[in-house]
Amino acid sequence: MKPRPFDYARPDSIEEALALLSEHGDEARVLAGGQTLIAMLNLRVVEPAILVDITRIAELDLIREIDGRIEVGAAVTQNRLLAWSALPRTLPLLAAALPFVGHFQTRNKGTVCGSIAHADPASEIPLALAVLDGEVVLRSRHGTRVLAAGDFQQGMLTTAREPDELITAVRFPIVQGGVAFREVARRHGDFAIVAVAALADGGNGIRLGVAGMAERPAVRRVPSEDALQDAIERLAWELEGYEDIHASARMRRDLLRRIGPVVAQEAVRCAA
Amino acid sequence: MRRVSKGERARIRLTLNGRRMAGEAEPRMLLSDFLRQALGATGTHVGCEHGVCGCCTVLLDGTAVRSCLTLAVQAEGRAVTTVESLADADGTLNALQQAFRNNHALQCGFCTPGILMSFTDFLARNPKPSEAEVIEVLGGHLCRCTGYAGIVSAVLEAARSTSQHPNEEGAKQDAPARTR
Repeated sequence: MKPRPFDYARPDSIEEALALLSEHGDEARVLAGGQTLIAMLNLRVVEPAILVDITRIAELDLIREIDGRIEVGAAVTQNRLLAWSALPRTLPLLAAALPFVGHFQTRNKGTVCGSIAHADPASEIPLALAVLDGEVVLRSRHGTRVLAAGDFQQGMLTTAREPDELITAVRFPIVQGGVAFREVARRHGDFAIVAVAALADGGNGIRLGVAGMAERPAVRRVPSEDALQDAIERLAWELEGYEDIHASARMRRDLLRRIGPVVAQEAVRCAA
Repeated sequence: MRRVSKGERARIRLTLNGRRMAGEAEPRMLLSDFLRQALGATGTHVGCEHGVCGCCTVLLDGTAVRSCLTLAVQAEGRAVTTVESLADADGTLNALQQAFRNNHALQCGFCTPGILMSFTDFLARNPKPSEAEVIEVLGGHLCRCTGYAGIVSAVLEAARSTSQHPNEEGAKQDAPARTR
């Protein structure tokens, strides 16, 4: 199908983009990579009055290291971050998870911030941001807000972004320790049925994140040794899982029981 | 700032396979439709129109993208490369196309233009891929005829043949105009 008619604007600066969002509010949609948005337009699931294309705003197309964090601008594509030479050293969890985000062809255009903005419950980048305890930078004409990942993503496709706000960047902390990532999908590049990410940061236990089980990524500290399997069993029942065309809630719990301990142990080995 | 109102037909200029071209498009026109309907370049096929099947894959500034998930107006001023660029003017197939022919990597051919463009980008970045890497990239395409095995063999054969006899013209065409 084809999209319904809409106005198109391609601002040259963040200020111009913010003025458009302030004027049009929730009638506007921000277009970055468009790998979900244009599919939704084609299917007429969304029908915005105006698209604000931010892909040619040079100041959004930056990857920077600031105060122990990697800041990824809103126009940076997933493949550009994946090809960034410092990624394995600074953000090994992203280096492990990004190859599972869509396909090679969609990562060429899909953006890191776009995945965060879309907030699919089974999505890999929001999971990595949650496990690393990263931040989302939101700007409007009235100022800048910086939200923790857990405060930004509120539920299924639901975030704390106000209609006049633009996500200008996300910030991933550079953390020491071992990381691991695994997911189960019907086909490589499909949305995960269940995805698990772990960070063995030397603290008490392991930070374990799970996507595809609840409305948003869940992050818990789990013990690294004897009680690990029991902790994941409790987590599976706590999150319950949900049923869709790909899997039942029971299958999701079972996948978490099977891959959760494996990923946690891989992170511990990676840290050693 | 570039603005186009709904229903307005804007003049879109871009480079298609090295030639400067222009056509008219409303904001909602997809790049896939613009190529086929406004510019008459019907080598690019349109399958699912929501980014799943990969038929419509073209190169935008040298990188493989879904033209059905790109607006025509977004390609303004950029270089688009389609399947029409691959063979020589006299019809001689390039190494990748010839390998597809050799390995029975197509039957009805509907999905083939997109697959060729994906691997044109991929082999330019990764000239000696493993079989697993080829399968991963092929995961972004649907083919209902071949069962994929012939396509994997063809891409691996093309990688071997081009690394032995580099095709200067092909290499130039494959080089991304802009790194993203």
